[in-house]
Amino acid sequence: MEQVYKKPKYLKDVSSHYCPGCGHSIVHRLMMEVFEEMGVGEKVIGVAPAGCAVLAYVYMDVDVIEAAHGRGGAVATGVKRCLPDHVVFSYQGDGDLAAIGTAETIHAANRGENITVIFINNAIYGMTGGQMAPTTLMGMKATTAPAGRSAKREGYTLDISHLVAELPGAAYVERVMVTSPKTIVKAKKAIRKAFEVQMAGKGFTLVEVLSPCPTNWKMKPLDACRWVETEMVEHFQPGVLADRTGK
Amino acid sequence: MRGNHALAEAAIRAGCRFYAGYPITPQNEVPEYMSGRMPEVGGVFIQGESEIASISMVLGASVTGTRAMTSSSSPGISLKQEGISFLAGQELPAVVVNMVRGSPGLGNIAGSQSDYFQSTRGGGHGDYRTPVFAPASVQELAELTYKAFDVADKYRTPVLIMSDGMLGNTMEPVIMPEMRDLKTLPAKDWAMRGAAGRPGRRSISLILDTKKEEEHNWKLVRKYKQIAEEETSWEEYDLEGAKMAIVAFGTAARIAKGAMRRLKKDGLKVGMFRPITLWPYPSEALRSLLDRGIEEFMVFELNTGQMVEDVRLALEGKGSVSTYCRPGGAVPTPLDLAKVVSTRYFQRVPD
Repeated sequence: MEQVYKKPKYLKDVSSHYCPGCGHSIVHRLMMEVFEEMGVGEKVIGVAPAGCAVLAYVYMDVDVIEAAHGRGGAVATGVKRCLPDHVVFSYQGDGDLAAIGTAETIHAANRGENITVIFINNAIYGMTGGQMAPTTLMGMKATTAPAGRSAKREGYTLDISHLVAELPGAAYVERVMVTSPKTIVKAKKAIRKAFEVQMAGKGFTLVEVLSPCPTNWKMKPLDACRWVETEMVEHFQPGVLADRTGK
Repeated sequence: MRGNHALAEAAIRAGCRFYAGYPITPQNEVPEYMSGRMPEVGGVFIQGESEIASISMVLGASVTGTRAMTSSSSPGISLKQEGISFLAGQELPAVVVNMVRGSPGLGNIAGSQSDYFQSTRGGGHGDYRTPVFAPASVQELAELTYKAFDVADKYRTPVLIMSDGMLGNTMEPVIMPEMRDLKTLPAKDWAMRGAAGRPGRRSISLILDTKKEEEHNWKLVRKYKQIAEEETSWEEYDLEGAKMAIVAFGTAARIAKGAMRRLKKDGLKVGMFRPITLWPYPSEALRSLLDRGIEEFMVFELNTGQMVEDVRLALEGKGSVSTYCRPGGAVPTPLDLAKVVSTRYFQRVPD
């Protein structure tokens, strides 16, 4: 009988610390599938963030570095410049990438560093317990914005992928979701494309994944997926934000 | 050769093939030199968008097994402390140069040693130390930078060079160490270059298992103890038969040498003890001066009194310790120091 579904080679056989309904484990799996399919797993060096995915190395059987909060773009730069033929990724959440690591993100993109950033946007600080993120939606409640985010008090929701997409060094930027089989298939295609662009040496690539956080949104997993598809997409429209790979 | 250029060239010759840094006076000649020199030897130069990004890039380079360096000056070194702490925690080698500025905040660029505490007590968060080399000539700036890469690799630790703009911009003749053949450098079996034929490696400092976390910290302590046993260094000048010892390092030690020439002419028996490693501090060697008949110590440093604490700890309450401290803003002359030493000498040393 033909086996049509199996654990990817580079995904380790361990139980998950992620909450039920969390998007991280789906994205981990997609990445490991892509590495196996592209045959590059033994050339991968990843950078894990501070945040929920700080333990990403527990699941990924590739070389993984733990970076200080927000420094993924800079650490990955150091790795890639020393090993230009390797596949280098930085895996970051919204607080890591769009708040404390804004400078590292923007400048890695602007230098056109030949790395891939996987950006998990769940509009909240997950690991620390639900504080407001730069990507928290207007009106959305967080433990540090108990009355809901207001422009006057907390400022506006930050769409950093849109900013990155404006930079000439950004070769490929796409926003996807992991809320249904259909969106997951699409997300995998975007991740694969980003790594292919990196392998072709065309510059900085970023895939933003709108990802459910049922625990901190205080929703059931399915409701969280529906919330991404109805509320989050209002501010963060999925699609290709930049594609300079043709040049 | 200018000090800053000498240290940069010495780094290249030691096998440094990655440099990232951010402009700050008085060390701009280092990144400027590296930007031209690195491409000649097939290395990487990056002007980082910040001090924090630069040290993080160095961490990324170091993980791959590449000899890596960054340089800066006091306020920039404060920003780099995050990365230095991570390098220490993840046991990654790197060389960090600090051309010290003169006060809390921004401080001016005259010679100063105001960062002694920051350099010798770890500097960033967490329970760690970094070896600190304090050169006192351009020749030594080159030699110690060269050596710093070997020490960093041997113990898998960040190593600091603590100097100042005075030495960084002094021009002196230098005999450069030989160019290293990268193939002769010891292999790094921990480096990350892709998990080919082996399980994936991790470079981490978050250890959730309480026992393993404590063991990790004790492992670091054992390493620091070994560094103290094997790498402590100092130099002695005219201490044979001396009645009083000046204790000084770096630029202060240069000034002290000038002062000693005058004092000698006046018949004073004054020698100097110069720590070359500020951490590990040459405590035993300093204490042994007591057995050689020296009871009187004058600590001369370009700050308000930091190394004097290590001197007192080393002497364990014995001997008599005085200070001549001049914080950032004023670099005293040999004559200034000679006067202070002379006064103390005639008060304290019996005929």
